[in-house]
Amino acid sequence: MPNPIDAAARATPDPLARRIRGLSDRTIAWLFVAPTIFLLLAINIFPLIWTVRLSFTNYRANRPNEEVEFVGLRNYIRILTDDGIWANMQTTAHFLFWTLFFQVLIGFTLAWLINRKFKGNDLLTTLIVLPMMLSPAVVGNFWTFLYQPQIGLVNYMVELLTGTPASSFSMLGPGGYAPWSIIIVDTWMWTPFVMLICLAGLRSIPDYIYEAAEIDRASKWRQFWTLTVPMVLPFLMLAVLFRGIENFKMFDMVVLLTGGGPGNETLLASIDLKREAFEKWRTGYSSAYAIILFVTVFGLASIYVKALNKVKER
Amino acid sequence: MTAYSITEPSGRSKLVAGLLVTLYTIVTLLPLVWIISTGFKSGPDSISYPPKVLFEPSLEGYVNLFTTRTRVAAEEFQNLPPPETWYDEIVRDQGMVIAGPSRFGERFLNSVIIGFGSTFLSIFLGTLAAYAFSRFKVPLKDDLLFFILSTRMMPPIAVAIPIYLMYRELGLSDTHLGMILLYTAVNISLAVWLLKGFIDEIPREYEEAALIDGYTRFQAFRKVVLPQAATGIASTAIFCLIFAWNEYAFAVLLTSGTAQTAPPFIPTIIGVGGQDWPAVAAGATIFLLPVMIFTILLRKHLLRGITFGAVRK
Repeated sequence: MPNPIDAAARATPDPLARRIRGLSDRTIAWLFVAPTIFLLLAINIFPLIWTVRLSFTNYRANRPNEEVEFVGLRNYIRILTDDGIWANMQTTAHFLFWTLFFQVLIGFTLAWLINRKFKGNDLLTTLIVLPMMLSPAVVGNFWTFLYQPQIGLVNYMVELLTGTPASSFSMLGPGGYAPWSIIIVDTWMWTPFVMLICLAGLRSIPDYIYEAAEIDRASKWRQFWTLTVPMVLPFLMLAVLFRGIENFKMFDMVVLLTGGGPGNETLLASIDLKREAFEKWRTGYSSAYAIILFVTVFGLASIYVKALNKVKER
Repeated sequence: MTAYSITEPSGRSKLVAGLLVTLYTIVTLLPLVWIISTGFKSGPDSISYPPKVLFEPSLEGYVNLFTTRTRVAAEEFQNLPPPETWYDEIVRDQGMVIAGPSRFGERFLNSVIIGFGSTFLSIFLGTLAAYAFSRFKVPLKDDLLFFILSTRMMPPIAVAIPIYLMYRELGLSDTHLGMILLYTAVNISLAVWLLKGFIDEIPREYEEAALIDGYTRFQAFRKVVLPQAATGIASTAIFCLIFAWNEYAFAVLLTSGTAQTAPPFIPTIIGVGGQDWPAVAAGATIFLLPVMIFTILLRKHLLRGITFGAVRK
């Protein structure tokens, strides 16, 4: 039995609905989209335009009363001719290349193994994924403890496995290991990301394709290179795109692990940018720096997406 | 799958794969196990070499996390009344007395307020926008969707400079509202893209039936689409929450006191001569545990969430 009071309540539209009832779909569409667009304009686009404007000035945020001069392209020219910044770009490229290399290699291998569908693979997949969901800052900070030369777990493990005395090297100190330390932590965190996407790719390949290959007596090796790899490639490329963009912007984990040091060995572009903007307070200069980084990542990503679409079409 | 299939991996290859993946899992979980166990170590145990796997559990880290402590002169220390509570006792054992509560509670609460506030706002705005993009002909739809996504490519520091200046002008620096708005702006791209995917999967026929029954478009949205999209909305919300929870760059640049969240705070926990590792580990455990639980709950939608809905399985 429907309750008559309920029915009556349902029949009477509430005031908001009554007001909206007369609206056309088109109006509703705009009403629904507008707040989001407005928020993004206010907190993303407006600041970005402001950054562009600041990049042509010598403004310093810690001296708001000083007169601001327009300096034209001077900031840009300075940055593009600064050897230090090119060195940071190389550090960033080194970090990007090796993190992507290891994550693709290990991530794909893991996915390929998990796709054997052994017992308990679901549980292991869930456990493997945990590191990537955690706060990079909190975890990065804890890794400095794991990397302590005297007491840390990493050096102890190395001593246990290779016999190299634990206190004879320092992963975060001088000796050239620091760039690899950040690569190790990033690979530890983000390999599961590549793995999950590869796994989705592998699972999207229908069984009958392999059955057909089996009937054609194609060797397992041949099946792997002519079926598995090409079919997973678009997925893998997507994973690389995501990781590439993220690692180009990498800040939190590395800033807490090494802070860019020792010296400038792990000074990624975004950490350098933070120093220029919020420690040296060269606001105009660092705005130009920010724009250069943004254009670089946007440009590289656009070229890459074109390549990705070509692979997908094949 | 048929009972007998030529593509089914052999028993031996399954075994080898299982062993290798188990090995990887053990290695990859070691740092997390280490965080959790260090939280229960005493100060000396945490820095002993070789690292201690077996140790006497202690709540020192947790007590130190929530308190500030001072050393008192030896003489005075002797004359103190006996410790009243178990945590007093733990602090006394370190040769100190409790001076007051630490800031961890406040920082954690800030993380909760800012996390939930921005998640709610992202989901609210995101659901509306996603519904419109999914169901209506919005002019320049693809461009707008791409625009929404592209805001995610910006390095946080690039927009942090003008946001810092803007917030300084508007009085939003170091406020909860400022951080909620900022995290909403960052998360909304994820929310719109994910939710659009989920809403696309709900057959239009349901709403059309409701419209024929005399519902207005708005009622159809509220009473038909929203309940159908509930799972999608919930998992999108968890993704937004995790992002806001973990965010560090904006938090460290734009907050210093009132609105500081836990990620910039935890690395600053120091004890005598450097970081107080058991306390850092205790803070990290409390902070990371909710995310681990959410990750396990989310596992079916994980892939979708991390790829902005590009891969749906």
